Amino acid sequence: MKLKLNAISKSFGPVKANSNINLTVDNGEILGLLGENGAGKTTLMNILTGLYKPDSGTILIDNQLKEFQNPREANKSGVGMVHQHFMLVPVFSVTENIILGTEPTTRFNKIDLKTATDKVVKISSEYKLDVDPNALIEKLPVGIQQRVEIIKILLRNAEILIFDEPTAVLTPQEVTEFFEIIKSLKKTGKAIIFITHKLHEVLEICDRINVLRRGKIVGEAFPTKTNNKKLAELMVGRTVKLRTSRRKMEKGKELLKVNNLSILSDKKEPILTNIDLVLHQNEILGIAGVQGNGQTEFIEALTGLRKASTGKIVYFGKECINITPRKIHALGIRHIPEDRQKQGLIGDFSLIENIILNTYYEKDFSNNLKLNWLNAKKEARRIINQYDVRTNSEDISANKLSGGNQQKLLIGREMSRSINLLIASQPTRGVDVGSIEYIHSQIIKARNKGIGVILNSTELEEIIALSDRIIVFYEGKIIAEFPSNSDPKIIGLAMAGVK
Amino acid sequence: MNNHTTNKMQDVKTKKSTIIGLCLIFLGCMIYLFFGLGVEGQATFRLSRPTDPFALPNLILPAHSFIGASALLIAFFGGRIIIKAPKKYTIFIALSFFLAIAAFLVWATAGKSFSLTGMLQATLVRAVPIALAAMAGIMCERVAVINIGIEGMLLAGAFAGAVFGSIFGNLIGLILAILVGGFFGFILAALVVTFRVDQIIAGVAINIFVLGITSFLTSHLLKSNPELNDAPIFKSIKIPFFSEIPVLGPVLFKQNIFVYFAIFIVIVSTFYLFKTAYGLRARAVGEHPKAAETLGISVIKTRFYHVIMGGMIAGFGGAWFTLGSVGRFDEGMTGGRGFIGLAAMIFGRWHPIGALFAALIFGFADSLQQKLAILRTPIPSEFLAMAPYLVTIIVVAGIVGNAKPPQAIGQAYVKEN
Repeated sequence: MKLKLNAISKSFGPVKANSNINLTVDNGEILGLLGENGAGKTTLMNILTGLYKPDSGTILIDNQLKEFQNPREANKSGVGMVHQHFMLVPVFSVTENIILGTEPTTRFNKIDLKTATDKVVKISSEYKLDVDPNALIEKLPVGIQQRVEIIKILLRNAEILIFDEPTAVLTPQEVTEFFEIIKSLKKTGKAIIFITHKLHEVLEICDRINVLRRGKIVGEAFPTKTNNKKLAELMVGRTVKLRTSRRKMEKGKELLKVNNLSILSDKKEPILTNIDLVLHQNEILGIAGVQGNGQTEFIEALTGLRKASTGKIVYFGKECINITPRKIHALGIRHIPEDRQKQGLIGDFSLIENIILNTYYEKDFSNNLKLNWLNAKKEARRIINQYDVRTNSEDISANKLSGGNQQKLLIGREMSRSINLLIASQPTRGVDVGSIEYIHSQIIKARNKGIGVILNSTELEEIIALSDRIIVFYEGKIIAEFPSNSDPKIIGLAMAGVK
Repeated sequence: MNNHTTNKMQDVKTKKSTIIGLCLIFLGCMIYLFFGLGVEGQATFRLSRPTDPFALPNLILPAHSFIGASALLIAFFGGRIIIKAPKKYTIFIALSFFLAIAAFLVWATAGKSFSLTGMLQATLVRAVPIALAAMAGIMCERVAVINIGIEGMLLAGAFAGAVFGSIFGNLIGLILAILVGGFFGFILAALVVTFRVDQIIAGVAINIFVLGITSFLTSHLLKSNPELNDAPIFKSIKIPFFSEIPVLGPVLFKQNIFVYFAIFIVIVSTFYLFKTAYGLRARAVGEHPKAAETLGISVIKTRFYHVIMGGMIAGFGGAWFTLGSVGRFDEGMTGGRGFIGLAAMIFGRWHPIGALFAALIFGFADSLQQKLAILRTPIPSEFLAMAPYLVTIIVVAGIVGNAKPPQAIGQAYVKEN
C-alpha cells in the first residue's frame, strides 16, 4: 500500500471539515475522490500536502508514519498536488515556475538556467508533457499550464499525485489529452488521487471511487459495478434527477437583437468582434466556450456594465446600447452574475438588504426618504420560502449561507419580480448537485412561461441539458451555432477553435 | 466586416497621435514665444575647470538661433507624428523634451556662463537619496509590502547618522544609521506581516512617529547640546586616472561613498532580484504568495527579510542627508525625498536600473532649481523649488497607468492551518 490515511479528523471552529477519514491508494492506481463542494475533499488533500495539520489521525506512506509540518516536507515524502487554481506565477517562465524553491545554482546563488532548462526538457520528454520551457506562463493556454504543474511535481519526485478538480478549466479536447497523461502516469507506477464532482469522469478514468459527504467517507464504489445515478445518490444523500426534462416549445416573438457588437480593451485590443445574435421568447440560448473568450465581456455589455465600442443592442425593439444597468433592470431584464460573491451579493449585508439591493428605490421599498423595512422583510421571507433558501433567519449576513443557498437567494431575487428576459452566467458554479437540479428546473420554468434566457456557462453538459440553441464563443467571436441535443464532441471542437 | 473594426482601431490611434503632434507643435511655439523672442547674446557652458589636466573648451551657443532651431525641430517632430503616425513616437516625445530643456537652459544662461559639469555632478548627488529610497521601495514591494514609511526611515537614518556620527565618528554613525533604518523595517514588517495592519496606515504611522520623535529630540536634545549635531561628513574620494576624464570624470569618479554605494546597490540588487534563486523566490512571494508557500518557501520570513533589508537601505539613504551632505540634522530635512523615491520606483517599473534612471531625472530637476537660483533668472525661486515635485506629478500621472506592480501588492498573507 502506497498511501494510507488513518482516522483523519480536522475541524475549523465548530465545523467538522473531516471526521474519521480512512483512505488508501496503491501504486499504479487511480483513486477517485468524489464529493460536493464543501464535502471536505480539499481540506483532506491540504492535510496530505502539509498545508494543514490534522487534529487527529495518521498518514502512512510505504508503511512509514509521516507528520508534515509544511508543504516542503510533504514534497520530500513524494506527495505532489496539482491545485484547482494553478499555483503558477504568471509573469515567470515555465522553467522558473517549475524550479522555484529547488533552483540549481552556481556561485553567488546565481540560478543555473541551463541545468534547470535541461531538467525541465528531460521530464517533459520522459512523460510526453510537451511544453516550451522558455514561454511565459501568462501567454500559455490553461491546458499547457496544467502540464507545467504536473512537471513541477514530477521534478520533485512525486510518487503520490493529487489532482484537485483538474478538468474544471479545460476544454473537452484538453480533458481527453489530460486523461491520456493520467493514464501514462499510472503506467509508470504513480499513485493518483483524482478529486472531482463530475460523475462521468470518475467512471471513465478511476480504478476505485471513494465518496465524501459532509466530511465523512460515505461509500466506496468500483466503476464497473456502479453508475451515475448510484454515485449521485451517495454524494448528495438522496435521490436526484440528473437531467432536467425539457419539452420542445415554439419560439415566440423577438426579445433581443445584437448587431455587429464589438468591444475593445483598454489597450485597444479587440475583446469581442462583430457579435450578431437574436433571442426569442420561450427560448434558452446557451453560450458555450472556454473561459476567457469574451463571454464575460459580452454579458457585461448586455447588462450595461461595460461600454461597447461599436454595434447595436436592441431590447424589445428599442436600441439600448451603453445605457445604465438600472435602466436595463427597469426593462425587466434580470442578471445572475457569474461571481455571486463579487457581483451578486454583498457578503456582509443581511439577506433582507441583499434582496432589495437592486429594487430598494422602487415604491414597494422606499418613499424616497426612508426605506420600508417591513416590506423588505416580507419580500425576503417570501423569496426564502419560495426558492428554498435554507436559513433559520433572514437577518443573518449573506456570507453565512452555503454557496448553493447564496445562489438560490440570488436567483430568487432576480426571478421573483416582473421579468422578461434572464441573463444567467454560470448559474450553478460551485453549487451542490441538489441545488443544481433546483436551479435548472427554475430556469426551464421561466422559459416555459415565455421568458427568453441567455445562459452562459463553461460547463458544456449544463449548456446541452438546458439550451434550445447553442452558440460557441472563441477568441471574441461566435464561431459556431448548434441546435439543441448536438453531439458534445463537435461542440467541444468548436470550443477549441476548430470549425 | 473585419475591416470595419480595424479601421475603427486605426481611427483611435490616429486621433491620439494627432493630439500628441499638436501638443508638440504648441510646445515648439511656446518655447519660441517665451524664450526665443527678445533673447540676445551667447550662452556659455563650462565643461571643465581651467585647472583640469585635460581642459575642454567651453561650449558657446548663440541663444536666439539655438532656441529658434530647437523650437522649429520640436514643431517638426509634431508635424511628423501627425502626418505619418509612426508606431513608436516615444522617441520623438523624449527628444522634444530634451530640446525643450536645452532651450530653457540656453535662455537662462544667455549672456552668462554656466557650469554644465557642475550641474551634472549635482544631478548625481541629488539623485542618491531618491535612488536609495526607490531601492528600499523595490525591496519591499517586490515581496508585496507597500512601504509608505520610507520617508520616515530616511529621516530616522539622517537623525541617527548625525547624532551617532557626532559621538563615534562618521563610519560608526553610518553603520548605526543603517541599523536604525533596519529597525524601522522590522517594525513595519511586524505590523503588516505578522499583525496584518493595513500597509498604508502602518507606513504613515512610521512617518508621523519618526517626524515627531526627531523633532522632539532636536529641540530638546540637540539644541542644548550642539556637539551632538556636528558630525564629520564623508569627503569625496577621487578615483585616480578615471577622475581626470573630462566631464565624465568629475561626475562619476569624484564623489563620496554614498554615490558609489548607491550605484553598487543598484547593480547588486538587480543581480539579486533577477539572477539569483533567492531573488526568484522573493519575486514569487510578491506575485503569488500561495504558490510560493506550496513549494515550501516561507512567505512570512521572506517578507520580513526583505522589508528589513529595505529599511536598512533607507537608513543608509537617510544618512546621506547628514553624513554625506551637511553634517547636521534639521527637522524634516528629507523634504519628501522618500515619496519621490516611491515615484521613481514606479516610474522605473519596480526595476532597480529603471528606478535609478528615474531618480536621475528627479535629481536633475532638483539640481536645476538649485543652479538656476545662482543664475538669477526672472522666474521666482519658489517656482524653481517646485521643479522636482512638478516633475514627480507629471511623471506619475503620465506613466503610472501603464506600469504593473507585483500582483499580490498590499495584501496580507494569511497562513492557514
